[in-house]
Amino acid sequence: MPHRFPISTEKSPNIIMEVILRLKIKDAMVTKVITAGRDASMRDIQKLMKKNAISGVPIIDHDRLIGMVSVNDIIHALDKGHIEEPVHDHMTKSLVVLEDDMPLSFAVSYFDKYSYRRFPVIDKNRKFVGMLSSRDVLSVMLQQLNLEIKELEDKIVSERVELPNQIMRDFFIKKFDFENAGKASFELKKVLKEKNVHAAVIRRASVASYELELNIAIHSDGGRIVFLLDDEKIEIIANDTGPGIDDVEKVTEEGYSTANEWIRSLGFGAGMGIPNTKRVSDEFEITSEIGKGTSVKSVIYLEKKNESQ
Amino acid sequence: MKVSELAGKLGYEIVTEKYNDNEIADGYTSDLLSDVMGNAPEGAILITIQAHKNTLAVASQLDFTAVLICNNRSVEADAVETALKLGIPILKTKDNQFIASYKVYCEIKG
Repeated sequence: MPHRFPISTEKSPNIIMEVILRLKIKDAMVTKVITAGRDASMRDIQKLMKKNAISGVPIIDHDRLIGMVSVNDIIHALDKGHIEEPVHDHMTKSLVVLEDDMPLSFAVSYFDKYSYRRFPVIDKNRKFVGMLSSRDVLSVMLQQLNLEIKELEDKIVSERVELPNQIMRDFFIKKFDFENAGKASFELKKVLKEKNVHAAVIRRASVASYELELNIAIHSDGGRIVFLLDDEKIEIIANDTGPGIDDVEKVTEEGYSTANEWIRSLGFGAGMGIPNTKRVSDEFEITSEIGKGTSVKSVIYLEKKNESQ
Repeated sequence: MKVSELAGKLGYEIVTEKYNDNEIADGYTSDLLSDVMGNAPEGAILITIQAHKNTLAVASQLDFTAVLICNNRSVEADAVETALKLGIPILKTKDNQFIASYKVYCEIKG
């Protein structure tokens, strides 16, 4: 019965792709497996299957997997009268195996490609180490996704809440997503216009938010930008999840950039983003930690209305 | 001077069918969008060869009146689409940035 495995290795959401690449076969496989030696008879295997309610038994010789006996093999042996004979002559010998160090994505594609419900797993020395069923894959995936979802939920709960007289907007920005770069800033501009904020202030806020938004898209692994607007000021807070900057002093100098050629060909990555942001801000803070991420806060006061004209 | 008037006088093609025909107050010439973000004046026409969608995002953030693409560079389809949405006119010319800047300067400041 051909059926598609319910996880795609090509067009799943990022989080699924990340999990099936990060997890290895050994993280999902079952290591306590009922096996038999080469000298067992087909009858012995049939009894093992019945006693343990299993449908396949790996045949092991000196730690090496030499074959598998399936229910089909047993039926065949009964049919042909070989049931009392040694397994060696009646087991399935051509096997598709997985290695324990392979990423789980291999297993996913194997389940898709072959009709087997489980695969024997060997290590790099070709020693038999366990069995992997589609059920094992799905259950470890569910566990991981539960953890990921919990993390996301925790993040949401700890978010700031809008105070009275305050407008808050919050945007996620994905790595290299130039399709959507500018959307958050566009929204901020709309809000500021509705609030009748002075044009010169809107312009400064637009520069700061667009630069920070682009920075997340160009340099980080992804992040979010939050706008907080009250009667006194606009706060633009940009946080990302990595990779972090080792010397934040350097990025505030004009001309320092780590952007690649492709980014530069678009007309960005000239090392002006942070200096531009700092220049239009009344208050500016940047903190960063390698491996953790970067956090930038720009504050622009609404009252300095006529100064920059 | 309005965008349509400038285009007519200089024989520059307007790529976007519909747009807001505003008064051009100033101009800025640069292919480095980071520099544009940092230094362009208000109400300007942006003279550039960066004919992609992000140019329009910048133009929208800074309230440019128009974007003029030089050297006959072809304008990416999604850039035109964005421009139409924002009402920002895209103009096109075979002139390079130096010559286009001179011509535009003479019209709006001369």
